[in-house]
Amino acid sequence: MTERDLICIMCPNGCHLHVDKGLNVTGNKCPRGVAYAKAEVTHPTRVVTSTVRINSKELRVCPVKTKDPIPKEKIFDIMAAIDQVHLKTPVHIGDVIIHDVCGTGIDVVATREILS
Amino acid sequence: MVIEKDLVIIGGGSAGLAAANAAYDSGVKSILIVEKGPFLGGILNQCIHNGFGLHEFKEELTGTEFFTRLTVESEKRGIEYRLNSFVTKIGEDKSVYYTNKEEGYVRVKAKAIIMSAGCYERNAGAIGIPGDRPAGVITAGQAQLYMNEYGYLVGKKVFILGSGDIGLIMARRMSLEGAKVLGVAEIMPYSNGLNRNIVQCLEDYGIPLYLHHTVSHVWGKSHLEKIEISEVNDALQPIKGTEQVFECDTLLLSIGLIPYNNLLNQLGLPTSRSRGAWVNEHMETKMDGVFSCGNVLHVHDLADNVVAEAKVAGKAAALYLQNKLPRHEELILVEPGDGVGYTVPCEIDLENAEEKIPVKFRVRKPTKECYITYTFNGEVIKKIYKQTIIPSEMEIDPIPKDLFKGEKSGKLVVSLTPKEVK
Repeated sequence: MTERDLICIMCPNGCHLHVDKGLNVTGNKCPRGVAYAKAEVTHPTRVVTSTVRINSKELRVCPVKTKDPIPKEKIFDIMAAIDQVHLKTPVHIGDVIIHDVCGTGIDVVATREILS
Repeated sequence: MVIEKDLVIIGGGSAGLAAANAAYDSGVKSILIVEKGPFLGGILNQCIHNGFGLHEFKEELTGTEFFTRLTVESEKRGIEYRLNSFVTKIGEDKSVYYTNKEEGYVRVKAKAIIMSAGCYERNAGAIGIPGDRPAGVITAGQAQLYMNEYGYLVGKKVFILGSGDIGLIMARRMSLEGAKVLGVAEIMPYSNGLNRNIVQCLEDYGIPLYLHHTVSHVWGKSHLEKIEISEVNDALQPIKGTEQVFECDTLLLSIGLIPYNNLLNQLGLPTSRSRGAWVNEHMETKMDGVFSCGNVLHVHDLADNVVAEAKVAGKAAALYLQNKLPRHEELILVEPGDGVGYTVPCEIDLENAEEKIPVKFRVRKPTKECYITYTFNGEVIKKIYKQTIIPSEMEIDPIPKDLFKGEKSGKLVVSLTPKEVK
């Protein structure tokens, strides 16, 4: 584990956090900063949102998201997987677009109703 | 064609939909939403990112999921709407004139109106960047529309001016789709975006943020070829000798949003310092039965707050239509004091007000260790300590009615005061 400097995103304070090699956090004003910094250094995750092509009359693309946060290092692999998909209408919110994307155990789902 | 409606809502985005649902639930059944775009949902149609709904629905949604929750509710209630319909005028008699392809020119005789037309982006014309006028200089929101609804990536090598949230979110979005985002320049010494977006949209993708910098020149014969950024001095003027040149094909502008309040301005209604209408605690403008809410009133950072405000306007319109919202002569004026940009509302009719009156405002600059002080007729009635307060996050503070001790007229000043040094 290397040392890292982070900006805390838990509240508007935006504390400048420092995490040392032993996972000790300094610069935080509250305990939420410690939890955030430890998670961000050991297993950072993100929700990926993007669009996929669709044969709709009204829209050229359908918005999608990973149903839960995925490991940050998988973001571009997931984008490549999303890029391969062509959808057909109708699509409903929550429809699974890709099951278990890139072996993360997490589905990519539609986030818009596109009926025709 | 002339039709009649009890309530006409101008704009079918999050504000208009939430106001319509609230008005319906308060007893108004004759409602028409007039929407300029091809879908209900307004700007949220292009907001495919997440972070919406934490307050309103207690779960994290994308913008498209968020507005769908609202349209599902309005469909359940059978609320009537027109799409691709542009309102051209509001008459003194509360007639709303709109036009569309199918119906031509329509006059709606309304008994009450809710203005919820949203805001527009400040564009290149507003800042007059020196240099050429090539294609490829566009607002961040327009690029977001092209990307997320039409499926076009507007450029491959991008620079962004302004660190507002839309610009930051587009920095991430275009990076994900394979563009190279070279940097973001912000003229102020602090970022105008949320910390979460600085971290997850810039740092995640290694995009540098140049604070206290602006774009000082653009070059391009037909399409943008390169830009120059410079550091600025305290007067926000470029400093000679600090220039850096970037070759790029796109310059996105994320330099501010302005309430699209033209229709109410045409009626000559007074405005507040937010550039939206002057409203009271019920979101009623100075014209009886005309209400305003959402980004057309003041620009919000959270759609959840827009919905909360629109519900107030929707309920108030119902009260007005039921003759339960009388005007009183005695009013409390609400004024922004030191360090505060604007307030909503601008006035409080205490006889009509509910037990807690939400006062919303933005501070002018980031401030650490300070108090928000409410002074009523010269006397401090409320003081709240803030460790940090920033312009990019709107403050909402419910003021208990009893703090006014029954006094129905006077002046309430909201100001930022430094922490006393002992």
